[in-house]
Amino acid sequence: MDMKVTKKKLGLKDKYKLMTRDLGWEPSYHSKDELYPYMNYEGIKIHDWDKWEDPFRLTMDAYWKYQAEKERKFYAIIDAHAQNNGHLNLTDARYLSALKIFLQAISPGEYAAHRGFARVGREFPGVGPQVACQMQAIDEIRHAQTQIHAMSNYNRYYNGFHAFADQRDRIWYTSVARSFFDDAMSAGPFEFMIAIGFSFEYVLTNLLFVPFMSGAAYNGDMATVTFGFSAQSDEARHMTLGLEVIKFILEQDPDNLPIVQNWIDKWFWRGFRVLGLVSTMMDYMLPKRVMSWREAWDIYGVENGGALFKDLARYGIKPPKGWDDAEKAIDHMSHQFMLGLYQWSFGTAFHAWIPSDDDMRWLSAKYPDTFDQYYRPRWEHIKKLAAAGTPFKNYGLAKLCQTCQLPTVFTEPDDPTLTCHRETVYKGEKYHFCSDGCQHIFENEPEKYIQAWLPMPQLFQDPVNGDLGEWMKWVSLLDGKDNGDYAGSEDQKNFEAWRGLATTNQ
Amino acid sequence: MQIDLRTVAIQPQRQAFDHLVRRFGDKAASRYQEGSYDIQAAENLHYRPTWDPDHQLYDASLTRIVMADWYALKDPRQFYYSTYTLTRARQQETAEANFSFVESRGLADMLPDAQRAVALNVLVPLRHAAWGANQNNTTVCGYGYGVVFTQPCMYHAMDNLGVAQYLSRLGLLLGDTEALDAGKKAWMDDATWQPLRRYVEDCLACRDPFELFVAQNLALDGLLYPLVYERIVDQHLSAQGASAVAMLTQFMSDWFDETRKWVDAVIKVAAAESEANRAVLTEWIRQWSARAASAMVPVVELALGSGADEAVGEQLEAFKARVLKTGITL
Amino acid sequence: MSTVFIALQANEETRPIIEAIEIDNPQAVVHRQPAMVKIDAQGRLVIRRATIEEQLGRDFDLQEIHINLISLTGHVVEDDETLTLSWND
Repeated sequence: MDMKVTKKKLGLKDKYKLMTRDLGWEPSYHSKDELYPYMNYEGIKIHDWDKWEDPFRLTMDAYWKYQAEKERKFYAIIDAHAQNNGHLNLTDARYLSALKIFLQAISPGEYAAHRGFARVGREFPGVGPQVACQMQAIDEIRHAQTQIHAMSNYNRYYNGFHAFADQRDRIWYTSVARSFFDDAMSAGPFEFMIAIGFSFEYVLTNLLFVPFMSGAAYNGDMATVTFGFSAQSDEARHMTLGLEVIKFILEQDPDNLPIVQNWIDKWFWRGFRVLGLVSTMMDYMLPKRVMSWREAWDIYGVENGGALFKDLARYGIKPPKGWDDAEKAIDHMSHQFMLGLYQWSFGTAFHAWIPSDDDMRWLSAKYPDTFDQYYRPRWEHIKKLAAAGTPFKNYGLAKLCQTCQLPTVFTEPDDPTLTCHRETVYKGEKYHFCSDGCQHIFENEPEKYIQAWLPMPQLFQDPVNGDLGEWMKWVSLLDGKDNGDYAGSEDQKNFEAWRGLATTNQ
Repeated sequence: MQIDLRTVAIQPQRQAFDHLVRRFGDKAASRYQEGSYDIQAAENLHYRPTWDPDHQLYDASLTRIVMADWYALKDPRQFYYSTYTLTRARQQETAEANFSFVESRGLADMLPDAQRAVALNVLVPLRHAAWGANQNNTTVCGYGYGVVFTQPCMYHAMDNLGVAQYLSRLGLLLGDTEALDAGKKAWMDDATWQPLRRYVEDCLACRDPFELFVAQNLALDGLLYPLVYERIVDQHLSAQGASAVAMLTQFMSDWFDETRKWVDAVIKVAAAESEANRAVLTEWIRQWSARAASAMVPVVELALGSGADEAVGEQLEAFKARVLKTGITL
Repeated sequence: MSTVFIALQANEETRPIIEAIEIDNPQAVVHRQPAMVKIDAQGRLVIRRATIEEQLGRDFDLQEIHINLISLTGHVVEDDETLTLSWND
């Protein structure tokens, strides 16, 4: 008997539906509310989870196949990089400050995103978004690991990398990034998706990765180029997920619009503050520069962000509330950050430095309206102090913003000569902010932000008790090795000596 | 000028990251160690979850199991993303080759009707159980404590999804979309499947990550995989001339052999930690495995008929012997 | 009309993909940067499997693009034959 049945030819969409959405079922032994308990408390209304459109339709077999290929490439390159002393191909070892900040602050964020996406990948009661979030969860641990693995070889030769795990939890500036991810993870599942999936991945991630990795390529750091571009290939999926999420939520119910808009306002500003450090990396930390922060912002912020918000206007979404303030800050922020990093460099596990004359010429050309007028004079003054043997150090404690946790070093959006400072009194306590954006975020959820762990008060508690040496021990910072000016540092001496070995016959 | 950097012999300043030196001594660390140990934030967490303000963002007290160091629960396979993905990519190639072998030679069409029916009736509804397993392992990864414990659960969850997808392809190959529809209907409504579906839904309601690990990965899968893939597919169906089915489920058999070693290692270390842990684990394993065994009886009956009780009974004995090796007497 | 873009790693594997994109999207602008090729297009960019296969001389699964993809913008619509990026404006 001929049992041959003619199989229906299934297209990618139908097949993927059977491989994902069709796996789910309506529970009957427990209520949906019991199995998916966090679906209602944020006020988002979803009527039909099956309306979810899967952007990329990767089944697990394809996922394993393509990801394995990426992994093979990645590890082949970083193995070769380690075996061949690839670090001596760097333009200059001061470049490594950017990587040190990345490892201490951003890689832990990748791990946090891994856990956050695992949680939402469980909590959404729709197979489509669950699978997409789970794939992102497993990708994010990949990113944390490839970054640690790529930087592991730098750690063997250079200072500032060795205590990234301790510094993630204890040193003052990493709490900027960690509070950002903690904030997203402690929010509900929908807000998490808008925070990380949409605002961070879609609106801001290109600003982090693309210029950063081009910068690495320009500066001879093949290990970082490789993890960066390899991670970005996953980001393209993640960004698309972020966009699908927001469309899905907005199409489900008109009542969702004000909630989503509020989250976009909040998370754009949170993300803008966290990624502000990238501006310093691009404008100051790359010995050979790719493009200025301003130029990157024009491409990835103004052009792409503009297109995105024009597209979302049909749902009633407006550009984030802080957009104009961000635009006003673009020509100032990298300088303000770097001046801050330089004066507090005794307390950072990376080096800062005074820009050279050549650097300053580049900065004036890229920032014709701001650099010579506001920032060159300060650098010239600092340079004089250094030349006189009395380098400028600010041992005073930075006043940190209660929301973003950055020192309040920014200026008023409309007056670059005036430091911006805001205060709110809540339940008899006074809280400080760096900007209107951060103050608004606090005032919307004060009960959340009063919980923030602020690293400065910690200085006066056990076991530090106000002793700087004790503090350095507590944050695993090796004074005279990890911190301070790059000029005269061990990293500089070693790099130059090793490069000398490679380029001469001594 | 490209400089020849290989010729430079320079002395490294240190061997490994500080936290790994503290754990493993002053020597080069493995990539598994670098990618797994202490990479979860441990101190000074900023905010309480708005969805569970009584706990911290990472909170070891979400489970009744107590560990002095959660990083003791090492994965013997030492899977980090890369080794995990490369392993599965290889298995995926084999699975692909098996599927295309069965398809290209028309082996699916040559299956005797009775055996095809058994394969479809038993295996297709299990794609839903595998989806349940995926969600349960995602829960453990999301809410468990310590990377060496949670990381493999994410890999396991993706594997569960892979299994659900291979079962779906098997259903399509042997019975087209009608088979998937029939399987889902059975999962929802047939009396045969209700104890198992209830078990899976009870797991979905369980929010103790370690208990869930026990209920899903040890108790249920520890009975389901050997019963279904060894006894029913590899032995029963193959003996009746339907070994093509075994080719389509080779991934599941190999996967179970590999992953059970990890599951056992986790249980063994957790049980050895304290008498209290051992008592909690014993209680959980007893309860969940008894329920899993009785939920499996009607499923196994679909293939083995009246031999189901005996098969499940034997498997339960083998399961007890397996658990005994982890230091737990049931 | 807003710009969509796709960025791919610059290597031997992406060369035929980029050629195919140029053939199918005459309005696209190709920027070659260190290690990266970024292709901008007004409003819409289409990647066709058939065109890539002609350049490549072998079968190609559109999902292979993931291996060398760096970034993209716009709404993504993917089926067996095409991957389209577009903005609705």
